[in-house]
Amino acid sequence: MPQLDALIEQLECAECLDDLQGVIETLRDAFGVDHLIYHWVNSDGDQYGCGTYDMVWVERYIAKGYLRIDPVIVGCYQQFHPVDWKQLDWSSKAARTFMQDAIAHGVGNQGYSIPIRGPNGQFAHFTLSHNCSDEEWEVFKKQHRRDLILIAHSFNQKALEFEPGRKPEAAQPLSPREIEAMTLLASGYNRAQAANSLSISEHTLRVYVESARHKLGAMNTTHAVARALSRGLIVV
Amino acid sequence: MIRYVYGEDLHKFPRLARTMFEDRAAQFKSRHDWDVSVDEDGLERDEYDHDNPLYIIWQNADGTHGGSLRLMPTMGPTMVNDHFTHLTDGVTIKSPLIWECTRFCLAKGARPGVAAALMLAAGHIMEEFGVEHFVGVIFAHMVRVFRRIGSCPEVLGTVGEGREAISVGLWEFTEDTQRAVAKSAGLSIDLSKRWFEMAFGSTMTTEELAAA
Repeated sequence: MPQLDALIEQLECAECLDDLQGVIETLRDAFGVDHLIYHWVNSDGDQYGCGTYDMVWVERYIAKGYLRIDPVIVGCYQQFHPVDWKQLDWSSKAARTFMQDAIAHGVGNQGYSIPIRGPNGQFAHFTLSHNCSDEEWEVFKKQHRRDLILIAHSFNQKALEFEPGRKPEAAQPLSPREIEAMTLLASGYNRAQAANSLSISEHTLRVYVESARHKLGAMNTTHAVARALSRGLIVV
Repeated sequence: MIRYVYGEDLHKFPRLARTMFEDRAAQFKSRHDWDVSVDEDGLERDEYDHDNPLYIIWQNADGTHGGSLRLMPTMGPTMVNDHFTHLTDGVTIKSPLIWECTRFCLAKGARPGVAAALMLAAGHIMEEFGVEHFVGVIFAHMVRVFRRIGSCPEVLGTVGEGREAISVGLWEFTEDTQRAVAKSAGLSIDLSKRWFEMAFGSTMTTEELAAA
């Protein structure tokens, strides 16, 4: 299991787009897949990406205008549900030629893409590709889906910071209710005890903790508690 | 049958889309007098409908709308965060693992299983797309209906009174819920999964793809 807390720290320390390239290589190794890419497309068809594909393939993708054929882009643009590449529409001749070309350039026979809709029509996808059997890929996806979704969005938020002319987004403060929930967890309460103490259900507590986790940019509850403590947002 | 349609694809189902927005006008404007905008064609749409949401729609045998709901990722603008944080203890709910469910609507005279079928379909979304919670804006009196069909939301807060009261609720997926709503809907889980695959593509094997 990859050390995601550490990887998220590395991601947050990135200061330019070049740093993201280093992060994505580390992530690729951590997940043990052939390739990991982040690909940003704006409404004018401009693109930015980083990832581990062979540069020959990247240049070919651009030169051949595959952006207009790639089923991940064509099929997922401005959508928001993750897709296994096998679910995409490969029925056109152009798409099949594209697939054969991609496989010939070492992309792999399996893929999983998480589309992300950002502000002002921004669209990106965070994609893994690999060579393995369908069964192995199913197991991999089930095991890592949650982490991949979280990392995909963290990655996109970081990439947005580097967009020219963009003002940094103010950190979202935790609401009093989130602070209470995190304080109780930090004090060693389990979820049932914390929920009871706040007179809310465990389900509601889970949503508040999830919301706080996201605001803190953490990968899980333990990580979120540690961050809230180290930033002085909660005191126990 | 259940259809899952992104906003950008509604034009492929003109009758279904038109009757959905008409039924929404009937429910939210005519029956509940909400402050919603209904256009000259009698269709109710709001700003979130322009943001390419994902609709889950029950399509009647004649192609018209029987019931629907609307899903949006909470990473973007949502109705709960924009208008209802006084019902969530002030918490802005935002996470890639939480989607928002709004505009739950049933056509007048919809058969009893429709609400359950919609929740069964919503469950497939959670199961397949890694969504851990839905947060939704609903009529408070609908909580009873959801409980009866086996998909009771956790109510975070309620405003207003009687038939007009509005609640913010939370749902999560469990296999027990899935079995219960399937039973209430009178549908087999296998059949509803086939509708899901029709919309999102079945996972072909790599051999099938190579042979295609």
